[in-house]
Amino acid sequence: MDFELTEEQKMIQQAARDFAQRDLITDVIERDTKAEFPTQHVKKLAELGFLGMLTGVKYDGGGMDTVSYVLAMEEISKIDSSVAVIMSVNNSLVNHGLEHYCTEAQKEKYLKPLARGEVIGAFLLSEPEAGSDATSQRTTAEDKGDYYLVNGTKNWITNANSASTYILIAQTHPELKHKGINALIVEKNSPGITLGPHEDKMGMRSSDTHSVMFNDVKVPKENRIGEDGFGFKFAMKTLEGGRIGIAAQALGIASGAYERALKYSKERKAFGTEIFNHQSVCFKLAEMAIRIEAARLLTLKAAWLKDQEQPYGTASAMAKYWAAETAMWVTTEAVQIHGGYGYVKEYHVERLMREAKLTQIYEGTSEIQKIIVGRAICDQA
Amino acid sequence: MKILVCISHVPDTTTKIKFIDGKSLDTAGVQWIINPWDELALTRALELKESSNGLIDHVSVITVGGPDTEPTIRKALAIGADSAIRVNAAAGDTFFVAYQVAEAIKNSGFDIILAGIDSCDFNGSSFGSMLGEFLSITSVSSVSGVNFNGNDISVDREIDGGKEILSCPVPFVAIVQKGITKEPRIPSMRGIMTARTKPLAVVEPVACEALTEFLSFELPKHKASCRMVDPENVKELVELLRNEAKVI
Repeated sequence: MDFELTEEQKMIQQAARDFAQRDLITDVIERDTKAEFPTQHVKKLAELGFLGMLTGVKYDGGGMDTVSYVLAMEEISKIDSSVAVIMSVNNSLVNHGLEHYCTEAQKEKYLKPLARGEVIGAFLLSEPEAGSDATSQRTTAEDKGDYYLVNGTKNWITNANSASTYILIAQTHPELKHKGINALIVEKNSPGITLGPHEDKMGMRSSDTHSVMFNDVKVPKENRIGEDGFGFKFAMKTLEGGRIGIAAQALGIASGAYERALKYSKERKAFGTEIFNHQSVCFKLAEMAIRIEAARLLTLKAAWLKDQEQPYGTASAMAKYWAAETAMWVTTEAVQIHGGYGYVKEYHVERLMREAKLTQIYEGTSEIQKIIVGRAICDQA
Repeated sequence: MKILVCISHVPDTTTKIKFIDGKSLDTAGVQWIINPWDELALTRALELKESSNGLIDHVSVITVGGPDTEPTIRKALAIGADSAIRVNAAAGDTFFVAYQVAEAIKNSGFDIILAGIDSCDFNGSSFGSMLGEFLSITSVSSVSGVNFNGNDISVDREIDGGKEILSCPVPFVAIVQKGITKEPRIPSMRGIMTARTKPLAVVEPVACEALTEFLSFELPKHKASCRMVDPENVKELVELLRNEAKVI
């Protein structure tokens, strides 16, 4: 068993760290306060190749492995999860699906510009009444011969406004239930698409999240991904990989908060000594380090399995569950260690705590991850 | 035209320095980086190449060191250097290093040679001028800008209270410092993936004896911890300054 990173992996980790700690840190608090999209930073993400890092070189991506992607996501999320989620959606939910399930013509037209970072993408699955229960899609894609006619509403869509390319999950044959669902590539500027207002979120405020309404939107038949009815399977497969990205993001939020709490505990004095020397604080930090290391190993293992082309659905659910729970616990304790300073924006940990909460909810709640793991262990027994 | 950037493989600037028996650096757990001035020099070299309309067509890097320096060299290639040279010898004193670099490149036709003003390991601050001497070419120190307009090359030098601008016939060595460019370039994903395929020539050292030898190292004394004095208690402050700090 080899835990050593390759030279390239270390370089990617360092590049992401430099970008986050040099560029993202400068305005992260201001963007969070104003809920402002990080336009300039996304441009730099594209220049550095992070937006298409998982896509093969053949399709103008970086051709990196998933382990490298986890390392980069962790470093960026330590500073700014809003930027990390833009990167995660593009790589895991949009590019991955296009690369593995689309035709060469679709890849040429849609994947290449996404992998180059010239445009970004969004993944439209959740609905007002279909979140975790993804089989209950109400958005319809009616088969009209040479096109689909789409009607319905999608909720909580990351990159909804900034994306040019949507991957839409919609129901074509309601009688077939989840086997009647299709995945379609939809251009955002298609007539009949409107956006709801920017969601005023608790955390990750700098990423743009909207509802997307479809009113008689025509989508050409050639934009369907895979065979008729492949959409649900496509969505579930895509989310398996997406979970690794969100696990890495949660890991970054946790380690970012831990690093700040550790530093603070060695500077702040109380009762005549640095607070790290008080066992109540030292034990918290030790437990943070242990939980984070476990989250890191789970996440890297899921990434490694994916890179080895072995099944990784259960491993990624375990990683996402544990990393998200760790992020929530660590950030809460990091605020506690900072005391009053932790409750103000300047010290970052309150923002990290708000960001951590979302990792327990999106791309499969913690409860859904336990269902996935539970079913897997039941099958093994 | 060709640019050469001389890079040093140094401990990360945040390293907690420890010595073994006061004689050699304890390298356990040390992360190695491109010397920060050299990284800025490399960034400037790439900027010059990119804005030269093809007139500057090659940027190379060189270092003197063992195989352990190759990750640092690969990073320079990932940032954008086209090729690299490693002189396969443990870096001795500045004389040794400058002599090895001069011998390795003397017939290579580099027009502009950039070197950081000092390295954050031994702070010798004499490499660039020694290299210029060994190659019998001009060296310019304290350079805060290197400019190329397609015909002429000029360098900006920081001087007391101002700046001077010199025109410089090639080849020359520019010893660069603050101002040479804004910030070091971060390698792109594509750069990282192609670094391994770029040429890295390993050349054997020539016979040369270092002129100096490190006898021992000492860490600076720990700073005394801060003593807080109540603002109302001026008498105690004066006493401390007089009797303990002995500054008044």
